Amino acid sequence: MIYKLQFADLLPYWDVLVRGFVFTIALTFVSTLSGVMVGTLGASARTFGPRWLSALVSAYVELMRNTPFLVQLFFVYFGLPAAGVKLTETQAAFLAMTINLGAYSTEIIRAGIEATPRGVIEAGISLAMTRLQLLRYVILKPAFQKVWPALASQIIIVMLGSSVVSQISAEDLTYAANFIQSRNFRAFESYFVVAFAYLMLAILARAILRALGHRLFPKA
Amino acid sequence: MVDFSLWVIISNLLLATRWTIALSLVAFVCGGAVGLLLLFMRMSGLRALRRLVVLYVEFFQGTPLLMQLFMLFFGVALFGVEISPWMAASLALTFWTSAFLTEIWRGCVESVPKGQWEAGASVALSYVEQMRYVILPQALRIAVPPTVGFSVQVIKGTALASIIGFVELTRAGTMINNATFRPFLVYSIVGLIYFALCYPLSLLAKSLERRLNASR
Repeated sequence: MIYKLQFADLLPYWDVLVRGFVFTIALTFVSTLSGVMVGTLGASARTFGPRWLSALVSAYVELMRNTPFLVQLFFVYFGLPAAGVKLTETQAAFLAMTINLGAYSTEIIRAGIEATPRGVIEAGISLAMTRLQLLRYVILKPAFQKVWPALASQIIIVMLGSSVVSQISAEDLTYAANFIQSRNFRAFESYFVVAFAYLMLAILARAILRALGHRLFPKA
Repeated sequence: MVDFSLWVIISNLLLATRWTIALSLVAFVCGGAVGLLLLFMRMSGLRALRRLVVLYVEFFQGTPLLMQLFMLFFGVALFGVEISPWMAASLALTFWTSAFLTEIWRGCVESVPKGQWEAGASVALSYVEQMRYVILPQALRIAVPPTVGFSVQVIKGTALASIIGFVELTRAGTMINNATFRPFLVYSIVGLIYFALCYPLSLLAKSLERRLNASR
């Protein structure tokens, strides 16, 4: 017996798919902003902060980079309430993605900062720049320019990794697939369509991030 | 109500860790083999083969591993073949690993200067011989640190097998949590066990990379 694929059975659920799609985009967008912010702070603290802060940041980075995102998510969603922090699914998903991307981008941005020659910073000091100006124009901007491609691919990895937030029933794209296949029993078709949607999202995100890179760092 | 001592929790999690390790090894070894095959296809003269590998890589790097797991788990069943979570997880992780490894290794092969290929050709080595005796030995040296680094991603990837019902470390953690209602403790220990597996590999990758750069 040969099974016939029936994609038409997905049509009645198009609104579920669209909602999941939008949720995944929104979640990725917001946690990218907060994650990169955490990464910028982390990288600055690790390079310029006092010894104890640098050690603390480094412990955070290693802990996050060497444990699965799924376990981090479960820890945030199931574990933290036991410690008195109650979060909704969406909040937990957002928090877990932020701390995860925060750790990776700390490491990526730090590499960019360390590639800045010492003389450039000294040149900034000799121009009587304030510490904040120095950090912003002399240290962070060139650092971001150098590591932009690495940061972009990490953002896409995090977006694809976000599919596991469906496991705490945050209503993302994967949740939509699970929901649909539990209704019409067209499991393969549902997952196939959603996998394709992720693929399109990844290609789109890559293009947008590249364009953004050209815009933010001309001539690079 | 049965009381679970800390030791019972830890020992059960450690028992489940064996399956995480087994799955990681299978995925890494099989994925490496498939990845090597793909690498040869990617570097070959046949355009169709190269295209095929590019598409393969694009698909497995551009979709979530979880989707790949689901599609394999439910897709194979469409052919009337029963597939166990263990098989589905091994296969999906193998494909996923091979796509990443073949890209990593391609970068390494391409970083070998072109003159090396030409030198091989000028002493009448065939394509396979050039690859085998000239290029791969040099590429291999460069390839070791990122390959070790990627093994960390493979171990972390195996956590997703828990979602299709394969009992490894994460799944065991969920089951034990359901029995003990101590999520903070259980997931902390689960996280620490993963950390104990992955961190040495991360350190190794870093030190190998440093050594490689120092010798240049």
